[in-house]
Amino acid sequence: MSETFFRFVLKHKALVIFLAVALSLLMGSGVKQLQFSNDYRMFFSEENPQLQAFEQLQNTYTKTDNVLFVVEPEDGKVFTRETLAAISALTKEAWQIPYSLRVDSITNYQHTYAQGDDLVVEDLVLDPASLTDEALLEKQRIATGDPLLVNRLISPSAHTTGVNVTVHLPGKSLTEVPEAAASAQEMANRIEEAYPHITIHLTGMVIMNHAFPTASQDDMKTLYPLMFAAVILVLVIMLRSIPGTLSTLIIIILMIIATMGLTGWLGIKLSPPTTTVPIVIMTLAIADCVHILVNFLHGMRDGESKHQAMMESLRINLQPVFLTTLTTAVGFLSLNFSEAPPFRDLGNMAAMGVALAFFLSITFLPAMMMLLPVKSLGGDTLGSTTMLRFAEFVVRNKKGLLWGMGVIILLLIAQIPNNRLDDQFVKYFDESIAFRQATDFTTDNLTGIYLIEYSLESGETGGISDPGFLRKVDDFAQWYRQQPYVLHVNTITDIMKRLNRNMHEDDDDWYRLPDRRDLSAQYLLLYEFSLPFGLDLNNQINVKKSATRFTVTLESISTQQLLAIEESAQAWLAEHAPHMRISGASPTMMFAHIGSRNIVAMLKGTSLALVMISVILIFALRSLRVGGLSLIPNLVPMGMAFGLWGMLVGEVGLALSVVTGMTLGIVVDDTVHFLSKYLRARREKGMDREDAVRYAFATVGTALWVTSLVLMVGFSILAFSHFQLNAGMGMLTAITLGLALVADFLFLPPLLIYFGGKKS
Amino acid sequence: MKPMLIPMLLLLTPMSAQAATPEERGLEIATEIELRDTGFHDFKATMSMLLRNKHGEESLRDMRNQTLEMENDGDKTLVIFDEPRDVKGTALLSFSHKVGDDDQWLYLPALKRVKRIASRNKSGPFMGSEFAYEDISSQEVEKYTYKFIEESDYEGKPCFLIERYPVDPNSGYTRQQVWVDQERYISLKIDYYDRKNAPLKTLVFRGYQQYLNQYWRADEMHMENHQTGKSTLLTWKQYDFRTGLTDGDFNKNSLKRAR
Repeated sequence: MSETFFRFVLKHKALVIFLAVALSLLMGSGVKQLQFSNDYRMFFSEENPQLQAFEQLQNTYTKTDNVLFVVEPEDGKVFTRETLAAISALTKEAWQIPYSLRVDSITNYQHTYAQGDDLVVEDLVLDPASLTDEALLEKQRIATGDPLLVNRLISPSAHTTGVNVTVHLPGKSLTEVPEAAASAQEMANRIEEAYPHITIHLTGMVIMNHAFPTASQDDMKTLYPLMFAAVILVLVIMLRSIPGTLSTLIIIILMIIATMGLTGWLGIKLSPPTTTVPIVIMTLAIADCVHILVNFLHGMRDGESKHQAMMESLRINLQPVFLTTLTTAVGFLSLNFSEAPPFRDLGNMAAMGVALAFFLSITFLPAMMMLLPVKSLGGDTLGSTTMLRFAEFVVRNKKGLLWGMGVIILLLIAQIPNNRLDDQFVKYFDESIAFRQATDFTTDNLTGIYLIEYSLESGETGGISDPGFLRKVDDFAQWYRQQPYVLHVNTITDIMKRLNRNMHEDDDDWYRLPDRRDLSAQYLLLYEFSLPFGLDLNNQINVKKSATRFTVTLESISTQQLLAIEESAQAWLAEHAPHMRISGASPTMMFAHIGSRNIVAMLKGTSLALVMISVILIFALRSLRVGGLSLIPNLVPMGMAFGLWGMLVGEVGLALSVVTGMTLGIVVDDTVHFLSKYLRARREKGMDREDAVRYAFATVGTALWVTSLVLMVGFSILAFSHFQLNAGMGMLTAITLGLALVADFLFLPPLLIYFGGKKS
Repeated sequence: MKPMLIPMLLLLTPMSAQAATPEERGLEIATEIELRDTGFHDFKATMSMLLRNKHGEESLRDMRNQTLEMENDGDKTLVIFDEPRDVKGTALLSFSHKVGDDDQWLYLPALKRVKRIASRNKSGPFMGSEFAYEDISSQEVEKYTYKFIEESDYEGKPCFLIERYPVDPNSGYTRQQVWVDQERYISLKIDYYDRKNAPLKTLVFRGYQQYLNQYWRADEMHMENHQTGKSTLLTWKQYDFRTGLTDGDFNKNSLKRAR
């Protein structure tokens, strides 16, 4: 049946080409609907418990997406009339940022003090120009001495300060983030222009959200051309055939257009992980084309006619190319088990891509080759003599290779535990991205970007005024402040202490929690009546006044360190305040758990894919023994790669935990090609195991290392991505594919020779 | 102003409306609202606020309100808190002014002291609710400038849609859009726009009742914050007009006595 089909393809080449192009473009028309996701929450599914905990916290108080302007005066002094004027102007203007809810800075900080019997509540800095030098010093003393401000909005040495804008994005339109980010950027530029002695660094969740699509688009502009250049280079060198190279390039372009178009039609939003899809499927499409072209050119060199050579190439390649497409797609589809939706999208998009590549390479490619003039090449273009020599080496050293490789494999696999989970979302961006630079500056000079938040519940309405509850909260704050890496703890108890002091003529002896419940409640009431618009306590106290938000700011630390701190906090709460125990919630906590959650999820996905792929192989190869044997070269490269990664890098996160599923499908391809040729030799040509290995090397050896090389180059290009997610994923995949080739060339043949079916 | 002047002014309104600028017409409507609400002398009422956050949690605040009408200035108001329990007996005395900041004192029973609220910027939330003090304080004409937008309707009732702009630079709003019932000259709905002129809150008045055959008061005022998803339902009960309150009931000493 397939022969009739191919005969039709070769005969009606123009029609086939027209249909292939037309259909691809039809699918591709969906690219108009492509949109970039610009919310870090895209990495979390709706069922994610850490996301749910955080959403609940935000719904109880207010949302905490923010823009943080970090202001760095040239002279290293924040408390000068000029710098304060800039801060004051920025503070006032920042209310204009779209979706802003509140603005906090050292100038609008609600400073409280006693004046006779009155409680004065006013901006810490009202009119910077009128301040005397003494007043400036006094303001600095107040700001750097206030636990609510220091290490949050002012550095202890007062050399850097922050203006924090709380933003509430309705989440209804993709224009919200760019709107807010652009407005903040313009504002920063304007202020810098008006006050040339200051530099403003922009960070915060909104800026990070905005950096996702912008860095992705940047990635596309640099990586895609690089990839095309690499592909053309490799094809020209390997195929030494202009028509072959040209046809393959057109296939790649059609497939990318069609895949991205389908993505648009399906309403999948683009994200940093999915921007890698064109590169990933490009490499896979090349593999299909190379296999068909190599055998075709080989046939022509052996004197067959163009038609004959193509028919023969299609005949012997249809099954392996179909099989590899199927297994690759299964591998990619296993990403649907991922905890992070962008990787599910990546899997589905790549699966569509490889399917399209398959159809194009058995229709468009042969039709094109019939249409274009193809010269028969002389000489040993395909290096089959080299391959034969290599096969000889492998067969001769089968015993040494089996043992040597076995030992190396085991040694590498033993290194896997060296990998530590780490998902620091700031480090998802490389140092060339403005957001990363600003954030690094912020963590070095002002405050941290990693937070842990708790909603501490007193258990009764109005309970936040209960002296017992306040004492526990205060103890918790004191405990946290003694922990390593803790920069700042934001707690209502500091406000209560300050108010108590204000109520006692600013007597420092009274800087302690009020000892009566009604007193605390009434102080708070008085204070709340005195606060201006936007600077209320509703972001720290729930409506029932039964719970309070407690926020810990940490230095840039690894996920392991973060989880360790949270774990000891849980232990502290269990021991000292079991009734108010609650897990920390925040984006930082969400990212801290996503890696391990994803690994567990992907283990299921990869296992299922492995079972399916093995069943496919056993049926396709019609050999339980060889199919079962294929498990070894299919699995070993992943183990080796993660071991090598453990030795060299040692950090894995969200992105690397999907590599298993992704590479499994690709690694299998090499095995399939090798095994199908091996079995053909055994069955059709009646060769013994050693000869069958030699035959397999001679027929597919070249194609295998060429395709592996293309794949490695393709995935290595991802290492240039601005996203550590993509770079790490690309590197690890390239390593895995390289090791897969090593396993297929050096370990699989000895395995086949020793265990590869009955001796004939 | 004498009640008999009102029908006369009403007669004038349609005529002058034709010629007036939108600003003049807006001011005219605001003046008319105040005019019609003039002369009640004083009233007492209970207020209860039901606060709700986006998570669905609810909380109740109960208080009593006593208001004394002042002839050439804003009203004097005394609010005594009953619920939450921890602030029971706390009382807030406000002197609203046509020009300049309002004066406010708070009596704290736990401290047995009266504290002046010495803040120049009191536009924050009232008792943690979605009402700002400026939303429920005495709405003097002078506190805003006005602009008539169009004749419109709200829930089937013909309305004047006017826009007003706070005079106080510390106000949390750039503008407010008020739907004024054409027949009764009372607010039916107010849209509040924040400092960046984005929709912030909507206040809807429900269950208007007429007292002393003249003064309309809403039973319910529902304020919804569009940005945070929080809301507050303010319910007024037990209105009692002309109860004989005097200036002597609205000073620092009376604050302490209020229970």
